[in-house]
Amino acid sequence: MTDTQLLQSYLLRLADSDMILGQRLCELCGKAPALEEEMALMNVALDLVGQARNWYEYVAELEDQGRDADMLAFRRDAHEYRNLLLTEQPNGDYAVTMARQFFFDVWHYHTLQSLVNAPDERIAGIAAKALKEVTYHLRRSSEWIKRLGDGTEESHRRMQDAVDLLWRFTGELIQPDEVDQQIAKAGIGPDPEQLRDDWRGMVKAVLQEATLTPQPDDAWMYLGGKRGEHTEHLGFILAEMQFLQRAYPDAKVW
Amino acid sequence: MAEWSLYEVFVRSKHGLNHKHVGSVHAADAAMAMENARDLYTRRNEGVSIWVVPSSAITASTGDEKEALFDPSEDKVYRHASFYQLPDEVGHM
Repeated sequence: MTDTQLLQSYLLRLADSDMILGQRLCELCGKAPALEEEMALMNVALDLVGQARNWYEYVAELEDQGRDADMLAFRRDAHEYRNLLLTEQPNGDYAVTMARQFFFDVWHYHTLQSLVNAPDERIAGIAAKALKEVTYHLRRSSEWIKRLGDGTEESHRRMQDAVDLLWRFTGELIQPDEVDQQIAKAGIGPDPEQLRDDWRGMVKAVLQEATLTPQPDDAWMYLGGKRGEHTEHLGFILAEMQFLQRAYPDAKVW
Repeated sequence: MAEWSLYEVFVRSKHGLNHKHVGSVHAADAAMAMENARDLYTRRNEGVSIWVVPSSAITASTGDEKEALFDPSEDKVYRHASFYQLPDEVGHM
């Protein structure tokens, strides 16, 4: 892999993870538990879609094959998507939605913390803008974990169930593969060991405050999203998300 | 949701000197009220500072007090500082 290809595959993971989680959250439009929550969720969703667009545009420039952000988002099939498996998991109840968000936000926050110092100015710029948004996402989702975990008996039970349900998809966030290692070595992405310690440290601290129990560090994990091997959910997400572009390619007026 | 309380939201805009009432939000606690207020009322770059206040903490005047409270000031034009010549140097007041 050349350096540019390496960078492309790394940035595509960020873009796809943002895009798929954004799409997942948008499914809650009109269905959130309260008006206030709905607005907040859609803010987060559209922040993520905006970040995805910024990364896609840069990836498209790097690959220089005449594709643009829309082509990357709407004309690639599931096996070409490189999003983290966590982001494609269904919304479930609100505890699941928030647990998924929290696990992702902690990873996202620490990843962006490194990317803002990338020697590539474009990456540093996109990351700096995203980091402000994600700092708020993380604050919000942490509060919800504590509120539900340390809330009523039922909210505690649901929150613990959500943590247990999604834990198996978190290994991918902190277990580096060849691309992560190379990107770290190039001084762009986070040092894998540092990222793992930061993620575990913050997740455990918040769970503890929320009176919740994490699963053991050596729990069995699903991996594969970063290689394009997805759970059965991604195909359905793409079918809905890409319908218009697939049915009416390059249409200028809907 | 049934137990969420109402909070009044005050936002100070970039060039504003004071917080202005902009509306209200439902929330389970003050921290959530702050986040909800941020998400509902500062979406379009409106604010630099937010206050949230439990609506129950507000004491409001009632309609039947209106005459006693407000009518007496109707004919007291001298309370408006409009009879003074302001020197130019003072600027906007």
